[in-house]
Amino acid sequence: MIPLSWALILSAVVFVIGVIGVLIRRNAIVIFMSIELMLNAANLVFVAFSQHLRSIDGQVFVFFVMTVAAAEVAVGLAIIVNLFRLRETVMVDEVNLLKG
Amino acid sequence: MNVLPTPVLLAVDWWALGAVLALSAGILLLLLLEFFPAQARSNRSAIVALLTLAAAGWSVFHVRDAKREIFGGMFVHDGFTVFFTLLFCAAGALAVLLSWDYVKRTRINQAEYYALLLSATAGMIIMAASNDLITIFLGLELMSLALYVLVGFQRHHLESNEAALKYFLLGAFASGFLLYGIALLYGATGTTGLGQMAAVMIDSPMLGNPLFLLGGLLLIIGFGFKVSAVPFHMWTPDAYEGAPTSITAFMSVGAKAAGFAALLRVLMRAMGDVQADWIPILSGLAILTMTVGNITALLQNNLKRMLAYSSIAHAGYVLIAVVAGGRDGAASALFYLAIYAVMNLGAFGVLTLLGREREERVLISDLAGLGFRHPALGIALTLFMISLGGIPPTAGFMAKVYVFSAALNAGLVPLVIIGVLNSVVAIFYYLRVTVALYMEEPQGEPVYVSWATPGVIALIASVVLTLWWGIQANGLLAAAQRSVLGLL
Amino acid sequence: MNLPLLWIIPALPIAAVALNLLVGDRLGRRGIAWLACGAVGLAFLAAVRAALTLAALPEGERQVVETAYTWMRVGDFSIQVAFLLDPLSTVMALVVTGVGFLIHVYSVGYMAHDPSYRRFFLYLNLFMFAMLTLVLADNLLLMFVGWEGVGLCSYLLIGFWYERPSAAEAGKKAFIVNRIGDFGVILGMLMLFTYGGSLQYERLFAMAPHVFALGGGLITGAMLLMFLGATGKSAQLPLYTWLPDAMEGPTPVSALIHAATMVTAGVYLVARCHVLFELAPVALQTVAVIGAATALFAATIGIAQNDIKRVLAYSTVSQLGYMFLACGVGAFGAAIFHLMTHAFFKALLFLGAGSVIHALSDEQDLRRMGGLASRLPWTHATMLTATLAISGIPPFAGFFSKDEILHGAFASGHHVIWLVGLIGAALTAFYMFRLYVLCFRGPSRVTPEAAHHLHESPPTMIVPLVVLAALSVVGGWVGLPLLAGGHPFERWLAPSVESAAGAHGEAAAHAMSAGGAWLLMALSVAVALAGIALAVRAYLQDPEIAGRLRERLRVVHAVVFHKYWVDEIYDALVVSPIYRLSRWLWRVWDVKVVDGTVNGVGFTFEGVSAVLRLFQTGFVGTYALIFTIGVAVLLYHFLRG
Repeated sequence: MIPLSWALILSAVVFVIGVIGVLIRRNAIVIFMSIELMLNAANLVFVAFSQHLRSIDGQVFVFFVMTVAAAEVAVGLAIIVNLFRLRETVMVDEVNLLKG
Repeated sequence: MNVLPTPVLLAVDWWALGAVLALSAGILLLLLLEFFPAQARSNRSAIVALLTLAAAGWSVFHVRDAKREIFGGMFVHDGFTVFFTLLFCAAGALAVLLSWDYVKRTRINQAEYYALLLSATAGMIIMAASNDLITIFLGLELMSLALYVLVGFQRHHLESNEAALKYFLLGAFASGFLLYGIALLYGATGTTGLGQMAAVMIDSPMLGNPLFLLGGLLLIIGFGFKVSAVPFHMWTPDAYEGAPTSITAFMSVGAKAAGFAALLRVLMRAMGDVQADWIPILSGLAILTMTVGNITALLQNNLKRMLAYSSIAHAGYVLIAVVAGGRDGAASALFYLAIYAVMNLGAFGVLTLLGREREERVLISDLAGLGFRHPALGIALTLFMISLGGIPPTAGFMAKVYVFSAALNAGLVPLVIIGVLNSVVAIFYYLRVTVALYMEEPQGEPVYVSWATPGVIALIASVVLTLWWGIQANGLLAAAQRSVLGLL
Repeated sequence: MNLPLLWIIPALPIAAVALNLLVGDRLGRRGIAWLACGAVGLAFLAAVRAALTLAALPEGERQVVETAYTWMRVGDFSIQVAFLLDPLSTVMALVVTGVGFLIHVYSVGYMAHDPSYRRFFLYLNLFMFAMLTLVLADNLLLMFVGWEGVGLCSYLLIGFWYERPSAAEAGKKAFIVNRIGDFGVILGMLMLFTYGGSLQYERLFAMAPHVFALGGGLITGAMLLMFLGATGKSAQLPLYTWLPDAMEGPTPVSALIHAATMVTAGVYLVARCHVLFELAPVALQTVAVIGAATALFAATIGIAQNDIKRVLAYSTVSQLGYMFLACGVGAFGAAIFHLMTHAFFKALLFLGAGSVIHALSDEQDLRRMGGLASRLPWTHATMLTATLAISGIPPFAGFFSKDEILHGAFASGHHVIWLVGLIGAALTAFYMFRLYVLCFRGPSRVTPEAAHHLHESPPTMIVPLVVLAALSVVGGWVGLPLLAGGHPFERWLAPSVESAAGAHGEAAAHAMSAGGAWLLMALSVAVALAGIALAVRAYLQDPEIAGRLRERLRVVHAVVFHKYWVDEIYDALVVSPIYRLSRWLWRVWDVKVVDGTVNGVGFTFEGVSAVLRLFQTGFVGTYALIFTIGVAVLLYHFLRG
């Protein structure tokens, strides 16, 4: 059996990779994928604890999260596609009309 | 709770879900009605949305004194829920009235617009009514996803799209932190229910549990994003500026109130024991939020952006109330949010009337001389500015008095002093609007006012409430105090 | 008991505001004038009735609280909209409504040709409402509502002619400076509430001696903060600069708000809270010192001004300084007495100045006036009355109240402050007679086109002048010790402003021999006369002397040489240094230091604002980074703690 701490460490690493991805990448789609990594890191924690605590709640939560993430993809991609249509770029550092 | 044994199938008290059900029905109806084409200037969608919100509001109002927990305690109907449901429905209704003409003028697709507005409202209500982190998360996402789309609704408008992109990316980023926090809390307590968490803590105090504290911290960050607390506020000015003005009005009020509702319930229901750990963090956030919001607002030339920073600052004042905690602290937060909703919707509402067609005339210089060309509009905007600035005898003053007095009673003297200092600074930028209204000459073409009856009705309602709560606040105050009893 | 219906007093002007807003456009000018003046006139009658009701009560029970409704209730903390009728608030209400009514009537004539007639009376009535709320409030919070309200109206009225940039700028300055003061009041109130447990006067004053140690840091801090607010509202050092600029507003506004009523709100606040101030001797001492310093300082500046309204503005600052001086030495009764007489004669001076300005087609420069006495007989006569009153010549009103103050300062052992006050009195007489002489005497320097239109003002303007002139004569007589047991005015005020410490002050006053009191009185009259003589000599006779001297220079008359020499010395040693000091104070201290500080505060905030805006780069990456830094800082805080 895999110790809880391993799963937690893995999830923390994945989460941090996600955060770093958001911080250093310029492509909106890649940023978005990094955010998905963060969500999945959280899912990993849920599943690990669910198993550790012998409680089903965590597993259920993961399903909800996946559903929400799917909805988020739908909305997010729509916005990014629209961005591409308007400006022919998905690089977030080329998008700063609004500032100050 | 329920003395009589009830059959399993009827365990759900459906009436307690009335508001959410009404909104869902309204959303479906709006979308279905699109099968029957209407004229471009038809009011059908707006009327349906307004009726839906009225039905949702009524459905909780007529059972306002009842108390129920449904879905195994995940969703509660109590005074707190009722207060916020009514607040969201009222804010939604005002937003619909303000949108009525605005969406036609700016050629926004009406049915989808109103359907999304109702979805966001439903999400807010779920956030306020949830007693479980799962449902809070779902409510928050329902609200956020609808708002992302609404912010970017003017698809061909570069600013609107940019605002949506920023709001969306940062919102999803913040959701990641929130979710991770929930996961850690779940790990620490073995449950996601707020009530059960409180119960667990009675058995095994969580004071030193790093998982619990870290989870709570990430949760606060997640909600802090929604209420635009500094330093998680960066999206606010951009999203508010780029969004259609009617949506800015709605989200500046609704999303913030929903974030605070969830924050208050989580802190007071589940984390009452570890209050000492949150106070320094929330105090720091409150100070930063007020100060950065107010000072950055000083030099803004775009009124929407200025009001965005002002809304950040107001979040800071509410955070003071949250830090104060207890009955008065929570009640003063509710009181403040209700008053803030009215005056801020009013202020943005005036902006929805400015400009013709798709033209946006929201620079402060656009207001020059407006007070004389349209005295009623000038007086209304001045009143909202005075109220936002917290000058008596307006509602905004009473809101600040109550928050500061609650904080004083809780012994938060330094926080109150900083709050007072901030509200003194804030007067300057609110005053600039009045100066422009009455003491400047318009440069170039004076701004066109697109009068529309529904918008005027919304403004009149806001003006009346802003004045009324400034003169006679007892009713609202008593309601706020009753509403928080369930949290204690 | 027959309730005096207090709420009706502030309700009348606010009802007029509402009516004006709703149907003002259909009323026409006459209708608006009737509405505005009628409401204030009725408020005055209501105030008189309230005063009579109060006077009918036995002396010990002269305190009536009338609760209109509960504004807000939070647990045991409740704010009432309640009005307090006691001798102090009665005097204030009578002065505000009485003088206010006369100024409303005057404005009907003065503003007759202004396009924004309706707006003017709207603001003026709104001001009356706020001011009456301020003086009649039963608790500090409601008082503060009025306090903010009068500030707002003052701002609106200073900037009334907003198309003049200087007017808009002056309004803004008044607002900014007052916010600094308001900050003090809010903090002071918070401290009083936190430790004293209530903001209701009676309860707070009853609690205060038990919770605050005499001279303790808390009460001293709280009262100094309150006094900061008072210095802002009442234009004292260092927050006085807005008042001279406020003269950009229409003259009736200067008379009503910036002379007779609003600017005295700070004095009222100190007198109202005298129980608390007496618990903080350091704060009270500060009040005295600031008051005395302002009285002298502003009088000095007044000498060098050429704008008739600015002279009066500095004079107001100076006279307010006297009132604070009186408060500071514990003579609260004398302060309110002077507040009342000052309201009469200073309102009269402003209205008279307005009449002159009106007659000269908006000329305000004293150098282009002169010789108007015969052309404006009514204005001249009333102005002379007021000038004599402010100079402290018996039997005019100002003499009694100023003497009362100086007497109070001397008797309570504040000899330096007394001396400063005395010098100030001489300067006051000097600059006021300078104004009088330059305006009404000597040769006419009026420009031809102004001379062409020169006319005495209409009756709506003259009648208020005459009434105020009468009051400026007899207004001080209520301070005459006609009856055995002394001073009727102070006896009347005693329940409001006297306390244990006050009684001690009175005892000290009585300890002075009658001869000493007479000596002081004679001295203050003497310095006033000296000031008048100097002014008349320097501004009226000098040109003639100079002319004769030139004649006799040709015949080389030794005695005249001598005389000339004396005049030169006098000029070099006395007049010109004072004049130069005066100019220096105005140009350097006033304009550079004080204004600079006020502007500097603004610049600092704007600088920080500009820096903060730099962070808002518009890049999602930056936003996410700041977000993450926030998270990291919080995590660090957590891991460390």
